[in-house]
Amino acid sequence: MIYREAGQFKASYEEDQQIFPIKQDRIVMAALVVAAFFVAPFVASEYWLQAVLTPVLVFALAALGLNILTGYAGQLSLGTGAFMAVGAYATYNFLLRLDGLPFLAGLVLGGLSAAAVGVVFGLPSLRIKGFYLAMATLAAQFFIVWALTKFPWFSNYSSSGIISAQRIEILGFAFDTPARKYLLTLAIVSLLALAAKNLARTNTGRSWMAVRDMDVAAEVIGIPLMKTKLLAFAVSSFYCGIAGGLYAYTYLGTVEPDGFGLDLSFKILFMIIIGGMGSVLGAFLGAAFILLLPVGLNVLMHTSVGVLVPATLASNLELIVFGVLIVFFLIVEPHGLTRLWQIGKEKLRLWPFPH
Amino acid sequence: MKLKKAWLTAMAVATVWGAAGSAAQAAEQYIGLPSYRVGSYAAGGTGVFGGWIDYMKLINERDGGVNGVKLVWQECETEYNNARGVECYERLKQHGEQQNVLFAPVSTGITFAVFERVAQDKIPLLSIGIGRSDTADGRVFPWVFPMIATYWSQASAIVGYLGQREGGMDKLKGKKIAVLYLDFAPGKEPFPVLDRLAQKWGFTTEKIAVAMPGNEQQAQWLQIRQMRPDYVILLTYGVSNPTALKTAARTGFPADRIVGWWWAGAEEDVVPAGEAAKGFVAGAFDPAGTDFPVIQDIQKYVYAKGQGDMQDPKRVGSVYYNRGVGHGIIYVEALRLAQEKFGKGKPVTGEQMRWALENLKLDEKRLEAIGAKGLMPTLALSCADHEGSGRVRFQQWDGEKWVPVSDWIEPDRELVRSLVEESAAAYAKEKGITPRDCSKEQ
Repeated sequence: MIYREAGQFKASYEEDQQIFPIKQDRIVMAALVVAAFFVAPFVASEYWLQAVLTPVLVFALAALGLNILTGYAGQLSLGTGAFMAVGAYATYNFLLRLDGLPFLAGLVLGGLSAAAVGVVFGLPSLRIKGFYLAMATLAAQFFIVWALTKFPWFSNYSSSGIISAQRIEILGFAFDTPARKYLLTLAIVSLLALAAKNLARTNTGRSWMAVRDMDVAAEVIGIPLMKTKLLAFAVSSFYCGIAGGLYAYTYLGTVEPDGFGLDLSFKILFMIIIGGMGSVLGAFLGAAFILLLPVGLNVLMHTSVGVLVPATLASNLELIVFGVLIVFFLIVEPHGLTRLWQIGKEKLRLWPFPH
Repeated sequence: MKLKKAWLTAMAVATVWGAAGSAAQAAEQYIGLPSYRVGSYAAGGTGVFGGWIDYMKLINERDGGVNGVKLVWQECETEYNNARGVECYERLKQHGEQQNVLFAPVSTGITFAVFERVAQDKIPLLSIGIGRSDTADGRVFPWVFPMIATYWSQASAIVGYLGQREGGMDKLKGKKIAVLYLDFAPGKEPFPVLDRLAQKWGFTTEKIAVAMPGNEQQAQWLQIRQMRPDYVILLTYGVSNPTALKTAARTGFPADRIVGWWWAGAEEDVVPAGEAAKGFVAGAFDPAGTDFPVIQDIQKYVYAKGQGDMQDPKRVGSVYYNRGVGHGIIYVEALRLAQEKFGKGKPVTGEQMRWALENLKLDEKRLEAIGAKGLMPTLALSCADHEGSGRVRFQQWDGEKWVPVSDWIEPDRELVRSLVEESAAAYAKEKGITPRDCSKEQ
């Protein structure tokens, strides 16, 4: 009833090609953005801002980066954590060593460094595919974390390889409270998400998808494989690098190389699998699912069930329930939460008269 | 901002209302415990937090709390994961009307991740036997307490112990010592101290890395066999400990010439190695054993009533468990001191807790009164020194249990302290912090 597109005519190409062709979608999206920018910072408690919303945004950005590479361009990667590490450490070093460098410039330079590293480790993708490429990116994962601990220069000679983020100041305005950090993260993430959505709809995005679906065919119709694949690696690593910078600067504040280990890469891979491959929305849904479900379960276990069973059992139950839920979702909808959302939308369009 | 206030009040009302059901109106002292009971380090997490919780239960059960203030706590599962740890830190920060008064993640990674937040939130950070060694300089890090001993003090104590075994520090001259370390952040933390001591006493060290997680060490031990060192210092954790001992036995290196740090010195580290571990020596700031009166009391007041936190009651008195009891003792003693200054029988705040930790003194007499003499070294903290002791004891595995083989060994204070101050000053400079003037503190 509410979700009807009858009567919405598209009279120009612009109207036909906009991101949200249905009016209701636009309204909901606009309301969501307004709520995120103008309502959340005022009503959410510090806990929500710092420990829930900011990390979800940061991880959504990292998942978006991986989604560009894996979901759109079809190149499986296990090096996401490492590219985030490059972003974080490069941002730190640029800000440390270049006096007076603005924060955003440092962040972008960090992202570009990650992109450069990504291109180098993406070179094998020209020869190898699938699981073998995953192994090659796994090498990136181990190499970069090793290099960051091995060479103390990267962490400014801190004895354990730990870096602690400098203060964030943009045009004299300090981003030091949770609400401000959240707003900064939100602004950067929404900007990059919009860019990703648009990139996927351009020629570049279409050639990525062509390569993903069948690279020989793509080459035959004139898509340069090397350029396309390396561009996917570059853009994806750029996103991951920015996410790494935000992870260090607006979320944790202090990071160590081991924190960017293989576990993190797998976590982000799970986000896009659960959320939905090749979709911007999927990155956000997946990040929220993977990050918040364990937290929710933990709260639940320690308040209700945890009173009845020993704490150790409660903690293990959490993991069991989490695993079962993932299996359940993958059985119900192998294409992820995005697909569930799409099915829901289809149904809503016909409701209440499905026939 | 009005909206936010209204929302906060609503939340506060809701939580207080929710908590009111379970909590009586009597005075309570809240603490948030970021425990880890699952994953690769669960043995450590369940032991330490189990011991800590049992000690608080003992205080509630036997003494009716601290001056009548009941101890209450809330757990949060960190999985030894930094991001989860930060989430827990934020979640545990507020509980009803009370703020968290002490945060002790028992994880170097989480300690690093929150150690700048604690100053803003005014919650003391306790990192016993972990974390950054230079945080011992309380002038630059007022909110961080790397109590009992830092990695640097420990490294110095290990060398001191070797000197004792040789019959004098000057006998170390010309000795060859291999340092086998796990390639993770804390594994390299002791290096600056070892290097300086090697220079000072004239021994040579050879550092050999083991890649994480360290379950394959054949190459490293072959290298050690070729080197023929007099001693091996073992800086490994978790699964790499039994592997090291087993491989050492296979390559014919005697276990009693291997000295481990305290992360290699729990029952869980040696039992899987079986016979190969016999004779292995490791550092400890919390020796194992159930003979301490405080452990006996826990058995009597908590476990006899079936309220113990350990699922396997046999682990009571193990190294990790006693480490947890040590955490509990420090927490409760600091509470006592804070109450004495700021009002007996009333819950304290994070700021008052920080003052108490900084002025905490646990001498032999007090430790004996608690029933923990020998369970932990004596402590005396000050504004400048947030470590308080630095002493480490060594114990040897006889195949069944840990047997103490040394008294508390003092680190080379002068050398360690100068390194701490140097490193803390560099940090202060990088961050633009003006160190506190300790003569003005009361």
